[in-house]
Amino acid sequence: MNGMREGTMAREAISWAVALAWIAAVLFILMALVGAPFGDALAAFLQNAFGGRRFSYLMATLSRTALIAGMAVSVMLSFRAGLFNIGGEGQLVAGGLVAALAALLLPGPPLFVLTASILAAMLAGAGWALLAGVMQLYVGVPLLVGSLLLNYPIRYIASYIVAHPFRDVQSGMVQSHLVPQATWLPYFPGTRLDIGLLFIVAASVFAVVYSRTTVHGYHARMNGLSPAFARTVGLPVRKLTLQTLAMSGAIAGLVGAIAVFGIHHRYIDGMLVQPLYAWTGIIAVLLVGMIPWAVPLSGLFFAAIQTGAAGMERSAGVPKEIALVMQAVIILFVASRVSGALVASSERKAGAADDA
Amino acid sequence: MLDLLFDASFAASVPRFVTPILLAALGGALCERAGVFNIALEGFLLVGAFAAVVGSYFSGSPWFGALAAMLAGAAMGLVFAEFNLRRGGDAIVVSIAINILAAGLTTYLLRAIFDAMGAFSDPAIAGFARVSIPGLASLPLIGPFLDGQSPLFYLALLMVPALSFFFARHRLGLRIRAAGENPAALEAGGVGRRRVQLYALTGCGALCGLGGAQLSIANVNLFVEGMSAGRGWIAVVAVLLTRGRPWPLFAIAVIFGAVDSMSFRVQGLGMPQQFTDMMPYLATLVVLVALSWWRRARTANGGTL
Repeated sequence: MNGMREGTMAREAISWAVALAWIAAVLFILMALVGAPFGDALAAFLQNAFGGRRFSYLMATLSRTALIAGMAVSVMLSFRAGLFNIGGEGQLVAGGLVAALAALLLPGPPLFVLTASILAAMLAGAGWALLAGVMQLYVGVPLLVGSLLLNYPIRYIASYIVAHPFRDVQSGMVQSHLVPQATWLPYFPGTRLDIGLLFIVAASVFAVVYSRTTVHGYHARMNGLSPAFARTVGLPVRKLTLQTLAMSGAIAGLVGAIAVFGIHHRYIDGMLVQPLYAWTGIIAVLLVGMIPWAVPLSGLFFAAIQTGAAGMERSAGVPKEIALVMQAVIILFVASRVSGALVASSERKAGAADDA
Repeated sequence: MLDLLFDASFAASVPRFVTPILLAALGGALCERAGVFNIALEGFLLVGAFAAVVGSYFSGSPWFGALAAMLAGAAMGLVFAEFNLRRGGDAIVVSIAINILAAGLTTYLLRAIFDAMGAFSDPAIAGFARVSIPGLASLPLIGPFLDGQSPLFYLALLMVPALSFFFARHRLGLRIRAAGENPAALEAGGVGRRRVQLYALTGCGALCGLGGAQLSIANVNLFVEGMSAGRGWIAVVAVLLTRGRPWPLFAIAVIFGAVDSMSFRVQGLGMPQQFTDMMPYLATLVVLVALSWWRRARTANGGTL
């Protein structure tokens, strides 16, 4: 018995080692292609992910972690309820855009403007997610497809708005004007890290408490684990779907607002799309098999890969897209071992067409 | 206004937009019929577009470009198969990872091979010349649409009946359908389901690769980061809507291609680019909504599907 367990453990260990070897091999090949000195590149990676004067790079990694973890919490709420909402990007853009516009347009004291803008961003994100939900429930467009397709219109709407009516023409870039400086999120004392992280922590705590302790959260999870059971016992599946999507979208909208008030202080065309925050959030959740407490860690992991890669680009001439490739390769190797958690949801997806 | 939209050059531009969506969707049909839930068509297309530029640049022939695109696409299909079929990863997770991989890898290699950022164009990239087939242009109504297109368009057109025949009659086509509809029967016949699905994925990758080649070395002569621009997702929708049947797929691809091409034309008339860029996605949503309402209405009237 004991021997057998040791045998499986050894096999597990070997297969993990093989996966790691593959990941390392891909990394080496990519670097060899651009002729980058491996040692320098590694040093630049570590420096830029965690170092810097007064740890300024580490701060950048942490603030990116906040965005990725925020998006991860947003999709986790949906995934756990069995809802394949892969439209986080659209909800994020809706939030970021509305936050910037609200801050530019609203009069009043800064704290009011900031609060109102964040709430407006959350509403916008929720609304965009609900649109996908309504399309699934009342029109029969599968959520997976509907939520994804909605990413594109909002991307172009945002692009138009900051390219034309709200463009900061003098800057010469496709971006909005700066939001009032008084609404910028302050830094933690003595650091260059904005307090946006706290909002994400709050959202994560909310998500965990909601999911673990409230009846709604319990129902939503049950719906995710076994949709057929949820329907049979008469759970209000439609209401659960819409509520969950609204919360998911609201958190994505909040992340967009934090990117505006904490990091960029304006809406820049593509600022939420190009870094693939939403997709990174999804894979950050998948990497840890949707275990809530591990999500911030995997968010930090991917954020470090991205900021570290930016450092390699500056110092060692390695294109920073190496980060995307590595993220994809890692998720391919890891997700094929932990994706059991998604099985119930995939079945649901297959059944969604029949519901319609 | 309408004259401005629907003239001869509109007719000539529709097939340019139909081809990539149609090829990707036909590839998707292979997977759909084989029971593989492949939503990585977007990534396959992008890799194909990039590989076509690489192949054409180094060989000086668009045909080698197309070949490189097919091989690269097929290789992506093999990656999908390795992680989904052999290692048992969830198809959606694998698809998402492959789409990210395609975005990262093409941009990375763009820098590594051509030392270019964002886009790469060079006189050495040989594009497909327009083919004029005698007599085609004089056909009533459809003549202006058909004549003077890239060879890949005609190839895509031929693929529709070919694939239809393949699913209906060919031994492998039947096995692919069995893999999707009745795996037990397939296995009972001594044929491995996964092997059949592997063939479907490889074929899907190759077709998507060709679609990408149409984007980069037939429609234009350059590669731009992310130039698939969601067309792979539109192909996914087309596949889901038609459940992978080639002729309906063709019809849907033509609708999307026409909208795509029209949005391009409206842009020339002064509508902001962002709105015209949006049109294919809005059209896709409209088609989705219309079709599911129509299906509902039919079932509500007591009809059976």
